[in-house]
Amino acid sequence: MALTQQDIDQEIAAERAAYRQRVDGGAPVEHHPRRDYAPYRSSVLRHPEQPPVTIDVAQDPELVELSSPAFGERDITEIDNDLTRHHRGEPIGERITVSGRLLNRAGQPVRGQLIEIWQANSAGRYAHRREQHDAPLDPNFTGVGRTLTDDDGSYRFTTVQPGPYPWRNHVNAWRPAHIHFSFFGTAFTQRLVTQMYFPNDPLFPYDPILQSVTDDAARQRLVATYDHSLSVPEFSLGYRWDIVLDGPDATWIEEGR
Amino acid sequence: MTKIDAGSPESVLPTPSHTVGPFYGYALPFPGGGEIAPVGHPDTITLQGHVRDGEGNPLPDAFLELWGPDPDGTLPQVDGSMRRDPATGGHLGRNGVQFTGWGRVQTDADGHWYARTLRPGARGHSAPYLSVCVFARGLLVHLFTRIYLPDDASALASDPLLARLDEQRRGTLIAAAEGNGTYRFDIRLQGEGETVFLEFR
Repeated sequence: MALTQQDIDQEIAAERAAYRQRVDGGAPVEHHPRRDYAPYRSSVLRHPEQPPVTIDVAQDPELVELSSPAFGERDITEIDNDLTRHHRGEPIGERITVSGRLLNRAGQPVRGQLIEIWQANSAGRYAHRREQHDAPLDPNFTGVGRTLTDDDGSYRFTTVQPGPYPWRNHVNAWRPAHIHFSFFGTAFTQRLVTQMYFPNDPLFPYDPILQSVTDDAARQRLVATYDHSLSVPEFSLGYRWDIVLDGPDATWIEEGR
Repeated sequence: MTKIDAGSPESVLPTPSHTVGPFYGYALPFPGGGEIAPVGHPDTITLQGHVRDGEGNPLPDAFLELWGPDPDGTLPQVDGSMRRDPATGGHLGRNGVQFTGWGRVQTDADGHWYARTLRPGARGHSAPYLSVCVFARGLLVHLFTRIYLPDDASALASDPLLARLDEQRRGTLIAAAEGNGTYRFDIRLQGEGETVFLEFR
């Protein structure tokens, strides 16, 4: 029988209660989702059942994972961070500017690192062959961008506000509007793929992917802030979103290379 | 919360991970993503395998990133893995000569992937290996693993990670030689023969 939103809501509530009980019992705050978050059905057969094997990076500074692939100006062109300029015409939708800083756990800027984004168009459709949602494609919008962080760890993208879309996890499943982000840091262990959401979206409580981050404060860190100082006169509305990369302590001292 | 106060340590908390989703295919993979070895390099090896779920079904929507040293054990600091064409904005490809050490491949409709890179050299206390990062629809946090090559039994025997694993689990991290410098490395996300995945502290 097809799962309804109500079924998923109950599972989400149960996961939240279980998390609260763990924390009340002294367990640490969970900054990342669990891989076995059942309300997100695709995770069921794709999460390892064995616990991960822990590697103490302080034991060997030569570990491959303590360095990162290098990216530079050759990996981007100057309009890669303006998704509204990748075709001859103007994309449909509300233009937005998204900007922020990439930091490590010590609050230091992560410089010269590649940030990639991808997203649906303003109607909620991806430029992907297997995407079946029958919203219109926009011939002037593909939805792919990349940039490098500057000396301050800052990045900036110009794009259009993506639309929400249905996704068949259960009956009436709708994803809140979001932009996918991919980050590299100074160590491969800092690698992060995540999603940025827009403030005050009414779909937040119904989305098992967003709710997979069961800690309220951690989940809030995925939501950008409207920032009028980033809005461009006569052009776009501005959103600020800072990102903090995780990773073992031993990678911090490599900062500033 | 999304403007991080970098001067206040208690506010510098990590941004949570999220799934790469099903529709990254037009965004992240790029032509030649698995052609990491410089053209014609004699130490080139080919790696290939399938990524499978808990029922043994191949994943058509996974991708892997590979990161490893050159045959001397040196980790390159060379950019240009995704070199762009300034005229079209398209993907120009690696320059064919420099080794960047990093590649990205997606599984095909059969859940199969392959890459060509240089045979990694040893670093530190470890036997030679490539670091692997696995992403897929349904994976809320990516998975790290390693590909060790089977050729040097004594190096494998003294590797600090492999030494901690029982024989069956250990075997999931060691590629199988198929001749002509080709190795098979299958990744099983769950269930029988589940690959060893790593976390770093």
